[in-house]
Amino acid sequence: MKAMIRGNESIAYAFKLARVKVIPAYPITPSTLVPEKISEFLANGEMDAEFVPVESEHSAISAAIGASAHGVRVGTATASQGLALMHEVLFIASGMRLPIVMGIGNRALSAPINIWCDHQDMMSQRDTGWMQFYAESNQEGLDLGIMAFKIAEDERILLPAMVGIDAFVLTHTVEPVDIPEQKDVDDFLGEFVPHYVTLDPEKPATLGSFGFPEYFMEFKYGQWIAMERAKKVIDEVFEEFHNKFGRKYSKVTPEFLEDADIVLVTMGSMTSTTREFVKKLRKEGKKVGLLKLTTFRPFPKEELRALLKDVPVVAVVERNISFGFGGAVYAELAATFANESKKPKIIDFIVGLGGRDITFKTLNEVVGIAEKALKEDVDEVNWIDVNKEAVLKAEGLL
Amino acid sequence: MNYEKEEFFAPGHGMCAGCAAPIIVKWVLKLAGPNTIVVNATGCLEVATTAYPHTSWRVPWLHVAFENAAAAASGIEAAARAKGEKLNIIAFGGDGGTVDIGFQALSGMVERGHNVLYVLYDNEAYMNTGIQRSGATPWGAWTTTSKVGNANPIGKLQPKKPVARIIAAHNAKYVATANPAIFNDFKKKVEKALSYDGARFLHVISSCTTGWRHDPSKTVEIMKLASDTGIFPLWEVVDGDLENMRITYKPKKFKPVEEYLKPQGRFRHLLKNPEYVKKLQEQVDAWWAKYGHHYNP
Amino acid sequence: MDVITRGAVITEPGNSVENKTGTWRVFKPVINYDKCIRCLICWQFCPEPAILRHDDEETKQKTPAPKEALKKLPVVEIDYDYCKGCGICYNECPVHAIDFVKEEK
Repeated sequence: MKAMIRGNESIAYAFKLARVKVIPAYPITPSTLVPEKISEFLANGEMDAEFVPVESEHSAISAAIGASAHGVRVGTATASQGLALMHEVLFIASGMRLPIVMGIGNRALSAPINIWCDHQDMMSQRDTGWMQFYAESNQEGLDLGIMAFKIAEDERILLPAMVGIDAFVLTHTVEPVDIPEQKDVDDFLGEFVPHYVTLDPEKPATLGSFGFPEYFMEFKYGQWIAMERAKKVIDEVFEEFHNKFGRKYSKVTPEFLEDADIVLVTMGSMTSTTREFVKKLRKEGKKVGLLKLTTFRPFPKEELRALLKDVPVVAVVERNISFGFGGAVYAELAATFANESKKPKIIDFIVGLGGRDITFKTLNEVVGIAEKALKEDVDEVNWIDVNKEAVLKAEGLL
Repeated sequence: MNYEKEEFFAPGHGMCAGCAAPIIVKWVLKLAGPNTIVVNATGCLEVATTAYPHTSWRVPWLHVAFENAAAAASGIEAAARAKGEKLNIIAFGGDGGTVDIGFQALSGMVERGHNVLYVLYDNEAYMNTGIQRSGATPWGAWTTTSKVGNANPIGKLQPKKPVARIIAAHNAKYVATANPAIFNDFKKKVEKALSYDGARFLHVISSCTTGWRHDPSKTVEIMKLASDTGIFPLWEVVDGDLENMRITYKPKKFKPVEEYLKPQGRFRHLLKNPEYVKKLQEQVDAWWAKYGHHYNP
Repeated sequence: MDVITRGAVITEPGNSVENKTGTWRVFKPVINYDKCIRCLICWQFCPEPAILRHDDEETKQKTPAPKEALKKLPVVEIDYDYCKGCGICYNECPVHAIDFVKEEK
């Protein structure tokens, strides 16, 4: 069924179609519409689930753990400060190996408070042991939402997953989306079977025990193994989804990569703008390619090495910043090539923080610096579309 | 079915000798029976009973973090509802995890009316981290963060947070204060709390030999003095009807507060000055003057 | 149970019985069965729990209680594998039927 829906509704539909049983959620801009839509589904009798209108995001993820530990499929949604408030509990969900799926309306973190798009919220949760997927469109939000359950719940994996949809650009923007039939999703996901130990009075188990140093590292190594195995399972699930629903996904999607001198690496909705820009440059005869990163955790090192090793310059275009180093994607991509003999020159571009538009002008500047990098050294980390003069003045440097 | 003779809480745990918390836990579990899921906030009870690969729990048990036992219990209860199950969901939290850092989650759980019994075992300080003052530490108690010295000869300067009254004011289904040393009253309240549907809250006093600084053999004796001096009154409130709060226990004759203070090292400094003892006695007398007429055995 | 489980779950309920906390004991409670009135207060308050109650004819035979004491049920017995020697039972026994003696190691 084709429908015109907003990105938040994509997440809500993914939960409905996955027959999620418990949804604990707390309102936060820009993801509030997810619990609102769920509430509508429930009010209309279109969904059989328990909505828990918790008093904070911290309690949302805590209730999600409780419900998941009791052996039901659980989904929740949040953004920005809400995700940051969940931070400590995110480690617990993954450490307990509970396959919870969470939709994130990717939004900037305070201060100053800002409700618009960037990827700082999810990037800041990089090390919590959750898988991370970034959607380019509302269709991707819905599809990745459904697939996230299948990947997370796989007996080989058992890790929670986040699906990011860009604040407003996707969360609040209506797009045509093909909503799969319930029976097809039922068929794809199968009946929910917890492949983990649950809270069951028939088989009393202790969940969330205390780990002394002689055991602790083994549990962390288990999470490491699961994340590594997820790389293959993600491919399998993407493939199965493609066969069933006809839409193709991959951890990294290369476009116009053949003979490219410069490849722009993007995530989320900026990919669409970048694609149009790259097409334009190609028409002009410029050898520029595009590489969309859908999966950030696990980080698809192998694919990235294979695809980028012969590229002269890789421009990472990203909506996050790790102060004191650079963008997170840049850092990881650079590390991915650290021990390779054949590697591209990797340049970082910080763009679109706090909802600043990423336009052809932005990308033009990026490519300009990347072209310069083909011939000479340029700055490793480049802030684009920033009134640098005003900042330097405020900092007392001008 | 009566499970009083069975033990759902196994020995071999690492709680200090003479700790009152296991007495509370074992009886709540005996009275609840095996069709039960327990959630435990971070704290002594959690740390000392589940050191991997050993557990003292013979019922399903979940620990998530310090401040979210009530939220995790809410999630379990929602999942149980989704499955159409009927079982006891019981959360245990210490005073820090309940009246301070976990207060928001508890307030939310009670407001939403989750069918959960929350049991606060109140040892009146952060004992797991080494006796720091909490919102539940009483006036005049020494702790490692309400130290006693020349500039502050009293210790904690603020009175204890009346958490059970606050929870009752949420219109919780059932709220009671209880004391395992006043055993019949304690047992009746646990049974009563288990009999209701909805959010229920038991505030149970729980001596800590290490933090209260007393001989381990005196645990029950001192807890009994808490109620026999009137310092820890025992009452219950149904459906948030605080006007009709019922005091369930009153000694034939109140003992002076001094008798409760004497065996506890945390109050030793108060005994040096009769004014302080008097001040505490006045606080206790004021409570009973205000609420004593609610006594209705 | 495997040495390492996924998510650090413990699937053997109550396996803390493998920890014999009786080694903590400095003082040892000893029941004087002649005085014991079977009120069960010691059993009620033991925090381990390390006081066993025997309500049936068969298990009571295994207790250290003298024959005379076995005529009445229930029979209580201290499980010294776990008794940490807190002395609550000794302090609370209403008829002083529990002695508290220095542990001999």
